[in-house]
Amino acid sequence: MATIALEKLVKRYGPATIVQGIDLSVAEGEFVVLVGPSGCGKSTTLRMIAGLEDASEGVIRIDGRVVNQVEPKGRNIAMVFQNYAIYPHVTVAENIGFGLYTSKLPKAEKQARIQEVARSLGLEALLDRRPAQLSGGQRQRVAIGRAMVRNPSAFLFDEPLSNLDAQLRGQMRIEIKRLHQKLGATSVFVTHDQVEAMTMADRIVVMREGRILQIGAPMELYERPVDVFTARFIGSPTMNLLPGALASRDGADGVALEDGDAFVRPPIALVGNRAGGGGPKVLLGVRPHDLLLKAAPDSAAFTLSGTVAVVETLGTETLVHVDIGRRSVVGLAPGRIVPSPGQRVTLAADPAALHLFDAATERAFPRPLLQQP
Amino acid sequence: MTALSKARPGRVVAWTLLFLGGIVMVTPILFMFSTSLKDSSQVFDLRLVPAEPTLDNYRTILEDGRFLRWFLNSLFIAVLATVSNVFFDGLVGYTLAKFRFPGRRLVFLAILSTLMIPTEMLVIPWYLMASRFGWLDSYWGIVFPGLMTAFGTFLMRQFFETVPDDFLEAARIDGLNEFTIWWKVAMPLVTPALSALAIFTFLGNWTAFIWPLIVSTRAEMFTLPVGLSSFSVEQSVAWEMIMTGAAIATLPTLLVFLVLQRFIVRGVMLAGLKG
Repeated sequence: MATIALEKLVKRYGPATIVQGIDLSVAEGEFVVLVGPSGCGKSTTLRMIAGLEDASEGVIRIDGRVVNQVEPKGRNIAMVFQNYAIYPHVTVAENIGFGLYTSKLPKAEKQARIQEVARSLGLEALLDRRPAQLSGGQRQRVAIGRAMVRNPSAFLFDEPLSNLDAQLRGQMRIEIKRLHQKLGATSVFVTHDQVEAMTMADRIVVMREGRILQIGAPMELYERPVDVFTARFIGSPTMNLLPGALASRDGADGVALEDGDAFVRPPIALVGNRAGGGGPKVLLGVRPHDLLLKAAPDSAAFTLSGTVAVVETLGTETLVHVDIGRRSVVGLAPGRIVPSPGQRVTLAADPAALHLFDAATERAFPRPLLQQP
Repeated sequence: MTALSKARPGRVVAWTLLFLGGIVMVTPILFMFSTSLKDSSQVFDLRLVPAEPTLDNYRTILEDGRFLRWFLNSLFIAVLATVSNVFFDGLVGYTLAKFRFPGRRLVFLAILSTLMIPTEMLVIPWYLMASRFGWLDSYWGIVFPGLMTAFGTFLMRQFFETVPDDFLEAARIDGLNEFTIWWKVAMPLVTPALSALAIFTFLGNWTAFIWPLIVSTRAEMFTLPVGLSSFSVEQSVAWEMIMTGAAIATLPTLLVFLVLQRFIVRGVMLAGLKG
């Protein structure tokens, strides 16, 4: 299995710069997910790794070898496409066999490889079928089979699950993850779905407007997002963001929220030298799963009170949309507690779970500091 | 009023018009078959069913070796032009649809612009060229102007535009070279267009008249339409023989149409042309 390294990679289309000098290294056997909204450059980056697009600047290395000038077939990578790209005019076996088209293996061995891959993907009974006779999930498996049959040194996935329905997407996520654990193949997976990124990745790369915002393990991104974009993009439901300003009240430094008269006392170390009347504007972030419906919260807890607007019952938990002043925040009612719309409630969070962002730069205040009293 | 009763008068008019159109289209064909079953004395007897039907005309024409030769000439030329068009129009159409290179639009426009030039204007340069290269009275001379057509290139380009790039890129990653990608992956994906192009090209060449008439002077190089027209010169318009030859000549086109009808309809729809 291979390593992949991108150094100062740039892609331009005419005057537009789609990828703006990114650096990334993928270790052997690692599963890296590039995630970001449409147009952030993630697919273009993947296509440059595959050799389907030329890099305008920068270096692409596969296993240490610079491959910028190497044709796709010379890179020994396999790619699974969003639309599967399995050929409708040939059978499943022939589709898988396309991966071995240029291989010098004897015919019998090629057949054996096709059979082996089909067996590992549960496609044995479908080998003589045409793609039109397959379900979406089966087609995706054929596409993966065609990629696997060559024993490539790396797998590239370009939003392979986005055409599947929610249930099948969940199944295929597990299948791909299981396959990765079995093969140990270096994989780069592109998606705009943060759930896919969180559930599948060893490391997630968050991209926006052609730049990498943050690289880290899923929980690292969830717990320590470096900016507002990553904080909102990772995690579902989206993090609540409440505008406010650093301020002093009763001799204590903290954040005065714009709505209501809530005053949070996050760690002094963070705000000590900034506090004062009308201090810098900030955004206070709190994840819905940290903001719990409580009848009698601790005195140290960060609390918000408001009126229940909408209730989303998910079975194991209930999401509660609460109107606080002009804003709405989402909190969680644990267990089987289901509040009613119109009911007055209090949501509480441990101050250690709060995130703080500079409203002007949208960069996060480092959380380790936030947690020091 | 219900929707059904509203639609009914319109439907009656439509069916009547279609029926009349059908009569206008079919009557000459029926008369062609009818005349082919009459002897020369009955040719101007306008009864659709001949008074004394005879197969003598068919016997005469099939016993005349020239007719078979013309039939085979036409078949050879139509098949050669069809194979050539499917191959070269497909290749050029694919290149114009799927490759980005400087001047791509210009090349496409130049090819399209040749559609505006009528054949009558082209036959003189074609003739001069054929004459200069010694291609008069040869198969090559008859077939060369139709080996590739602007229409075919346009049709194939439009179709290849609809083929998702993912298919081609997947093949590229699998290591196929560009020609193999075109042949093994792209061409099978545009089978309806290829069928339509093949049918149009075959029928166009089977019925071609002006150019084969100009380029061939020896009877053994005539195509079927040219040969049939010679009946009106040599035998002071032997209508029954012309109609018999035409009836035989129509059979392959009828056969092609009946077998491949759905492809023709789809091809006409996709090309955005009127049949």
